[in-house]
Amino acid sequence: MKYMLIMRANDQGIEAYQDMDFNEIIAAMGRYNESLIKAGVLLAGEGLTDAKEGFVVDFDSTPPVVTDGPYAEAKELFNGFWIIQVSSKEEAAEWAKRCPLGPGARLEVRRVTELEDFPQDNEWIQKEAQWRADAEAVQSARSAE
Amino acid sequence: MQADASGPVESARDADADRARRAIAAVWRIESARIVATLTRFTGDVGQAEDLAQEAMLEALRQWPVEGVPNSPGAWLTAVAKRRAIDGWRRRERLDERYAAMAHDLEQQGGEASGDFFDPDTIDDDVLRLVFVACHPVLSREAQIALTLRIVGGLSSEEIARAFLVPVATVQQRIVRAKKTLAAAKVPFAVPEPQDYAERLGSVLSVIYLVFNEGYLPAAGTEWVRPDVSAEALRLARMVANLMPREPEAWSLVALMEFQASRFAARVARDGTPIPLDEQDRSRWDRAQIERGRIALARADRLGRGRASYGLQAAIAECHAVAPTAAETDWARIVVLYEALGRLAPSPVVELNRAVAVAMSTGPASALRVVDDLERSGRLAGYPGLPAVRGELLARLGRTLEARGELETAARLTGNERERAALLAKAASLRGPAG
Repeated sequence: MKYMLIMRANDQGIEAYQDMDFNEIIAAMGRYNESLIKAGVLLAGEGLTDAKEGFVVDFDSTPPVVTDGPYAEAKELFNGFWIIQVSSKEEAAEWAKRCPLGPGARLEVRRVTELEDFPQDNEWIQKEAQWRADAEAVQSARSAE
Repeated sequence: MQADASGPVESARDADADRARRAIAAVWRIESARIVATLTRFTGDVGQAEDLAQEAMLEALRQWPVEGVPNSPGAWLTAVAKRRAIDGWRRRERLDERYAAMAHDLEQQGGEASGDFFDPDTIDDDVLRLVFVACHPVLSREAQIALTLRIVGGLSSEEIARAFLVPVATVQQRIVRAKKTLAAAKVPFAVPEPQDYAERLGSVLSVIYLVFNEGYLPAAGTEWVRPDVSAEALRLARMVANLMPREPEAWSLVALMEFQASRFAARVARDGTPIPLDEQDRSRWDRAQIERGRIALARADRLGRGRASYGLQAAIAECHAVAPTAAETDWARIVVLYEALGRLAPSPVVELNRAVAVAMSTGPASALRVVDDLERSGRLAGYPGLPAVRGELLARLGRTLEARGELETAARLTGNERERAALLAKAASLRGPAG
């Protein structure tokens, strides 16, 4: 089973982060990522840049409204994620606990849906599968050129 | 409410114990290789190291529900195991000097987070030694698999038994015997000498691929695929490749298994029937997994040592993985890759696969000639794949009656019930002029 580790930090966490030695943060995260890779469990992961570079599309109104950050209402910002493949919820928890984060930060751990989680006869599930296949076909045609 | 004989206190205790048990299992899975490797370096004996680690786990089972899981559970288990080792040596009547010195050294570093547990380079080297010892040629293949899954993969005996559809007692017995064999043969805790390296590496990769295939092509049982078993093998393969990053075959094996595993969702119909490659719904292949396979294969290629057996197999699997349909697959390239594979390691199964590719690239008649040669050689007698492929080719040539006979023979030979049903269904569906 796959789990996504979603990293969030509140103001306190972000401030604490800014006071820390950047090289130290990079080194600690690097060691953590390396441990995931060496254990053969890491499938994907990315960090996100400052919220100032992002924006929000709000669907409360029609048409949706695009607002620049920072987001006044967000108590915790989404800063990055990992996807790991493990054999149990406990194993996912054990890996999450090892993440080098401090006060003001938290990891939300969610199981990634697998094909079996969806009703396979649903028309849209089938269509989505087709889109993915088409996208891949285009990609492989490109790489073959 | 009180249908259960145990009172609320006992149930709470049971729940705590269960939580602790699962937390310990998770820690074992993550840390077993490093714990056993660290302990082996001190005791000089894998079997003893594993016993000590097991005792430490029992201790954890007693302590963690009461005191909570320690911050660094792997270091805790290692420290407890080391203390046990010292106590054991102390108790010996004739404590020889070697053990006395060892006990002294261990005591000096006794604390919770003894430095060497966290020294990444030493640990990696030790884990690599452990991998080679677990797959040592003095052990039978079954023993290598059980020991590797147990100490390198961190699986419980129950999980290994479930993966291989054998009783738990059988697995336990295999592990006990393997540990005794290693001790009796005085197998050193070391990576192989250069002259043995290639062969020993082959043995490690074979063990992993056999585990993978137990999930991908179960030889027996009622399930056609068991993805959890293959996922374990993939985890081991990634781990081993990272321990020997300059071995193209290790990365190639990762690639091969990623490509094959990407097809899990498409290989079985909802009623459990296997679906052959050319009939699979390719939109259900796991694209992210295929991408990981391509990255691993590219990594192998970048090492610039050419492609050996797993590299060629991975390249073939990649041809399938990137083809939008069976018909649009680069079959000519696959034929060439199978030829290369056959030259490298002549094998009747490879030859049979080449025949399938030939059928797709130049037609069933030329493929049938390859298969007929194989049959005459007798090298695949009793192998269900031979009559299955021959039946398929005959059907495509319109020789229905012969085709049906071959498919029925294949059905008789296979040990997998799902495959048998699919072959019989195929045979029954063949109608038309008797060939």
